[in-house]
Amino acid sequence: MHVQQIVNGLMLGSVYVFVGIAFTMIIGIINFVNFSIPALFMLGAMTAWALLNVGVVAPLALVAGLLVGIVASMAVEQVLYKRLSGRDPVISLIGSLAFLILYEHLVIHILGSDQQAFPALLPDFNIRFGDIVVGLGQLCGFAISILLVFGLSYLLKHTPVGRNLRAISESTETATILGINVRRHVQMMFVAVGLFTALGGLLFSLNYLQVSALMGQEIGLKAIAAMIIGGVGSIWGAVVGGMLIGILEVTTIGLFGADTVDIVIYALLLLLLVVRPSGILGGALQSTQRI
Amino acid sequence: MTGYLEGILVVLCINAVLGYAAYLPLSIGQINLGIAGFMAIGAYTSAIVTNELGFPLILGLFSAIAVAAVAAALIAYPVLRTTGIYLAFATFALNEIVRSLFLNIELVGGAAGYPVAVYSGILFPALVAAVVTLLMVYSGATRAHIVLASVRRDEAVSDLFGVNIRLVQLIVFVVSAGLAAAGGSLYAHYFSFIEAQHFTVFLSITTILYVVVGGTRSVWGPIVGALIYTFLPELLRDSGEWRFVIFSALIIAFIAFRPEGIVAPWPSGPGSLVARWVGRSR
Repeated sequence: MHVQQIVNGLMLGSVYVFVGIAFTMIIGIINFVNFSIPALFMLGAMTAWALLNVGVVAPLALVAGLLVGIVASMAVEQVLYKRLSGRDPVISLIGSLAFLILYEHLVIHILGSDQQAFPALLPDFNIRFGDIVVGLGQLCGFAISILLVFGLSYLLKHTPVGRNLRAISESTETATILGINVRRHVQMMFVAVGLFTALGGLLFSLNYLQVSALMGQEIGLKAIAAMIIGGVGSIWGAVVGGMLIGILEVTTIGLFGADTVDIVIYALLLLLLVVRPSGILGGALQSTQRI
Repeated sequence: MTGYLEGILVVLCINAVLGYAAYLPLSIGQINLGIAGFMAIGAYTSAIVTNELGFPLILGLFSAIAVAAVAAALIAYPVLRTTGIYLAFATFALNEIVRSLFLNIELVGGAAGYPVAVYSGILFPALVAAVVTLLMVYSGATRAHIVLASVRRDEAVSDLFGVNIRLVQLIVFVVSAGLAAAGGSLYAHYFSFIEAQHFTVFLSITTILYVVVGGTRSVWGPIVGALIYTFLPELLRDSGEWRFVIFSALIIAFIAFRPEGIVAPWPSGPGSLVARWVGRSR
């Protein structure tokens, strides 16, 4: 029973990992809190839902969801980039919040604000390990999130692009002097962020079978909590934080009911921010010095 | 006055008071995402003391402000240890904790919401908003405004010139919480019903957004922002749904071209504005 709950928590946590990584990458490399990310999560899922609803074949609808997520992310970069390099983090943060509200309300206006059922595309197939039951889709989501983390980790450590990104995160000016095209790398990062987040949204809807225009809010806020708890700017921190929040959420629901989940998670977040702002795996980023 | 117009004017009063609650932290360069949480504390306090203890409206308002200010002063020490984006995160966590606490208190109806017996009408909110605005405008003409601006521009230099940064931050945090609670009290007594789910962090966010449009460098900014935010959907009759779309697009345009907001010194003449725009889009 308890093992089953932890497994469920890990599966839910892998959704937070996708979104948390998107947040942490942008903060880690250009020190920008991109609050439009919850909207990208929702855009991927809602686009796919809307297209499936009008009879588009599933693979095409899912790819379209990813593309919309990427385009929406690039739009944020296009408009806000000039402000990102400035010293005032407040302005860029507010700009990304405005994008969040804009995207959500565009979708509400076009597709409505009701919760919708996402069609079950994956076969309803469960895998059993002894007493523990895991859905196939959930296991796939979990596996993809782990692969993604290993891939990203490798990319940052061992490839020229990763080296450039790390240089940018140290100092944008020095990176520019050394001949790195900072803008291009930032754009690449926003594409990656749009892709990961929309992918997270699609996997979430495939597994939990419900979507709505406001679905990104709750997931996004918990992913932020996960990222901070794990350690801002650290990819593995996002993984640890995401899994921890997932397990915490599932066990709290089991013990005290659904209404107390937010109290537990956000109290933990506040406590950690005060006691150890660098998070569990933190230390990679001294952002207070840069802002 | 028609009920329709009255409703809009009361919303304007509430938005103006909340606007000042969001404006104060912004004026020293902080983002306080906990405004809706303090608004909830104010709304529930005011509702409880008038419902259960039979307090009159005005005492409900003062209790709301007092309770929120004390709560803010107590939580300020740990929260204000964080800076920059971490402060935004900490206040965001605070907001969600307060909201979920009220969601779980059965005494005030839990998730079902809480009816408020004492009804305020329009005069009381108008009076409160006028007093708050006058006080803020007056403070804008005093040394306080200069101190806040200097803290926003450069904390280290302000510190060198003898400004007690921690104290300024504490006062701003507490006064902002009190104003948010006043807004919450007005809200509770005009709409006669409150529920915890109204006071999410997104309420704090929209408040901050309209203040940014109005301008965070002048005490008139929040009023201008509240005016635009309140009347925009009325100007776009039958398309209230578009309010947030147009409003957020407006914000994005402002952030891209004029991050200071509407009320702030404009560059001399329209020509230089164009020059600035061309310069930026290079």
